Amino acid sequence: MTKAFDFPGGIHPPARKAAATRAPITPAALPRRVVLPLGQHRGQPAEPCVAVGERVATGTVVARAQGLISADVHASITGEVIAIETHPVAHPGGLEETCIVIEGNGIEDDWAWMPPLDWRTSDAATLKARLAASGVVGLGGAGFPTQVKARVRERHAIDTLIINAAECEPYISADDMTLREHAAEVLEGARLMAHLSGAGRIVIGIEDDKPEAATALNTAIAAAGAESLEITLKRFPARYPSGGEKQLIKRLLDREVPSRGLPADVGVLCHNPGTLRAALQAVRDGRPLISRIVTLTGEALARPGNVEARLGTPMGELLAAAGLDERRLARLVMGGPMMGMELARLDLPLVKSSNCLIAATLEELPPPPAEQPCIRCGACEEACPAGLLPQQLYWFAKSREHDKAELFNLFDCIECGACSFVCPSHIPLVDYYRAAKGEIRARAFEAHKAEHARHRFEFRQARLEREAAEKEARRQARAQANKRPRPAAAAPTRRQEQPVSSQASPATPDADLKSLRIAQAAAKAAVRKAEKVLARVSQAGGGQGQGNGQSDGELADLEVQLATARENLAAVEARLAAARGAAHEAPSPDTDQERSS
Amino acid sequence: MSLMHQSQVSRQPAETGRVMGWLLLATLPGIAALSWHFGLGVLSNVLLAAGLGVGLEALVLRLRRRSLRPVLADNSALVTGVLLGASLPPGTSLWLIMVGMVAAIVVAKQLYGGLGQNPFNPAMVGYALLLISFPAAMTQWSAPHGLLGPEGLSPGDLLTRVIGIDTGLDGSLTPDAWSGATPLDAFKHKPEALLASEFWATTPLPEGTQAAWRDVALAWLAGGALLLYKRLIGWQIPLSMLAAMGALATLLYAVDPSHHGSPAFHWLSGAAVFGAFFIATDPVSAATSRKGKLYYGAGIGMLVMVIREAGAYPDAVAFAVLLMNFAVPFIDYYTQPRTQGHARPNRGIKVVRLDDEEAP
Repeated sequence: MTKAFDFPGGIHPPARKAAATRAPITPAALPRRVVLPLGQHRGQPAEPCVAVGERVATGTVVARAQGLISADVHASITGEVIAIETHPVAHPGGLEETCIVIEGNGIEDDWAWMPPLDWRTSDAATLKARLAASGVVGLGGAGFPTQVKARVRERHAIDTLIINAAECEPYISADDMTLREHAAEVLEGARLMAHLSGAGRIVIGIEDDKPEAATALNTAIAAAGAESLEITLKRFPARYPSGGEKQLIKRLLDREVPSRGLPADVGVLCHNPGTLRAALQAVRDGRPLISRIVTLTGEALARPGNVEARLGTPMGELLAAAGLDERRLARLVMGGPMMGMELARLDLPLVKSSNCLIAATLEELPPPPAEQPCIRCGACEEACPAGLLPQQLYWFAKSREHDKAELFNLFDCIECGACSFVCPSHIPLVDYYRAAKGEIRARAFEAHKAEHARHRFEFRQARLEREAAEKEARRQARAQANKRPRPAAAAPTRRQEQPVSSQASPATPDADLKSLRIAQAAAKAAVRKAEKVLARVSQAGGGQGQGNGQSDGELADLEVQLATARENLAAVEARLAAARGAAHEAPSPDTDQERSS
Repeated sequence: MSLMHQSQVSRQPAETGRVMGWLLLATLPGIAALSWHFGLGVLSNVLLAAGLGVGLEALVLRLRRRSLRPVLADNSALVTGVLLGASLPPGTSLWLIMVGMVAAIVVAKQLYGGLGQNPFNPAMVGYALLLISFPAAMTQWSAPHGLLGPEGLSPGDLLTRVIGIDTGLDGSLTPDAWSGATPLDAFKHKPEALLASEFWATTPLPEGTQAAWRDVALAWLAGGALLLYKRLIGWQIPLSMLAAMGALATLLYAVDPSHHGSPAFHWLSGAAVFGAFFIATDPVSAATSRKGKLYYGAGIGMLVMVIREAGAYPDAVAFAVLLMNFAVPFIDYYTQPRTQGHARPNRGIKVVRLDDEEAP
């Protein structure tokens, strides 16, 4: 055990993991029917690549990733695709999503695996392609595609791979159980990901309330013997939210992820144990992500525990198998009680990010008492792990002073809920922050739309201008060829007829050329700037996590902006060429210099 | 369930009402010590003010058409009443208390929107109003005759006093044996020529007055310790306030010990300890960040010393607290903690430029 660093704030919610960790992980019964949502990951939903009526084997790709941050979806049972339709999914707003429904017979289970690979001998491109083809995403709850994370090396130098075994949420024990039973596989997966990302060491962060998992890890580390990779296990006292990526990095390495930045910015990649195991299985066994370990717990269950369940299984089936007493069930929560979401129905499908289902009784998780006025007691500030002033943010959010909220770093809130937990007035602070963030994003989106429209208009104008200028240049070339001896003093005046003559001053060819050159330089600068911004956003956009739809919109807009800038440049260059042609006919002292420049 | 997605499922059982309950409990040692030395008049103050607090809160809530139950259950009106009652000279007339509580509950609290919305400490608004409007009545403390001492106030006397039969309109008509100055008051108005040692040698106050005030201060300290132990208040405000007072007092005492009180004198007479733990720490009207609380407390401590040494009033906690209440938004804007992942903390409120293109 090595010294751990500290992060501010944090709380100690009552631990309720014991119930689900008594029995080993068991495989859940094969479902007869699975519902596979197309957006089980961050980023754009995948695109179906099967037709209704098609027969699929377990592991067949049924939907392919779309866009930069997306993941494939695979059939999790053997059977027939019976529908591609919208279906309710686990979503805080209770929204529906397009899903692929596969029906099997509950017995047949043909596996269509990919060929196994040895990651130590395969090249990186093959491994990345395999991860992409396996649909592995972060199984800790965030659902970030693993292959995208594996590619982070292209832009950042990674020195450390962190295995996030902290699992600080009460109730959840999926990672704990995975480590107890498959520590060696998790470590091997970590080596694979370290190999891909170029990390020279692996640091495992685990809370001290999981001694069995820590022992299993130590055994696995010892069993591996001497190796080039340095592997350290760090145990530290349990405190929520030490499993938060930024908090864990601070705690293990004393590095702070910059605001709106990524762990990769400080040379770190974080992976959840289940994800690492899934990545290893994808490479070593050629097994795509078709199942996951999920904690089934809560006092309304007779047999709480961890099961390995096929994705798309209706949650109700899993809970029923764990002995759900529906009369005692008061609240169904997916994820942990701190950051998870409450579900309104039992027939929602299990997805890649469902790490825990809590079937809670009324006494276990009573509904929140009525909200009382904030007395600015400051308990939330003490608890905030991000160093924010939650009560100030609350006032700003409530009075819709969004610029002040942003100035008080609203977007650095990780929504861990520690502040709401300690609030003596029972104010659902995080809900206020989410609402404020949503409003700010919506406003930015509106602004973006307007901007986008403006850029499209400018783009059209620039195109018309370029076409006109090109026509003009051609005409002039023709005129030059036909009537060489004629004085071409009329050329500049003709240019006045152009639809948009922007900076082109028709006074003299000289001044005209000069201003056109300035315009050309400005247009070039605009193109470079647009390219830079686009590159930056398309890099950062991946990791932002929140509001991906919006960052996609932003990308599209930036692309239009870049195209506009390029059009502008082309138009100016065409005009410049035309002007040069004209100037050539009426030679000026400036012309030669112009040529050489 | 509200329509808003309720993400917080798990909660800690701490409630505003319970916080206020502990606060009330913590005032008991101070009130007991006050009563022990200054008689039943203290208890009548506290009970009347607390009762009036709850009554006035209920009345205003009715006028505002708000439901009474959840608001009264937070005990905050009770706390305001107890704190104002404990600040008043023993046996204050009912109508004076009434004026103070109307200012505190109706004006300073409910007119601003109720609990959590008031920029000023309600109890101190009431106290300051009374102190300015009725200075004679407000500065005449009884000598420490004990709870039921022979020279103390009998219940019958107390009743006539409280209902205001023997007081004039300015509330000052009291038997001579009854009225007395506080140590702060006496020392402040000592003749220039007299040295401090000579002054105290003349026994300017009834016997035991200084000891009584010291006991009361220590009792408030005990209650404050309970609040600290239960983490209902932070250490920042009391510590910085008392430290600032101590620093200034030490400085003045070192320069001229014959005309300035010692730090211990300033801490242990008057409302310094009471103010540090029970008044300045009112979370609603105090600064919010930990650093801001240090500045806020230090500001109060300095103002207390400035007013005590250079102002017209012998004690100054109420004014100092109210003045620093004014400064709270300013302090809050300039004392934001450094958010994780930021190189440095934000300072102040910046104007957002709409045409700022480079903002990511």
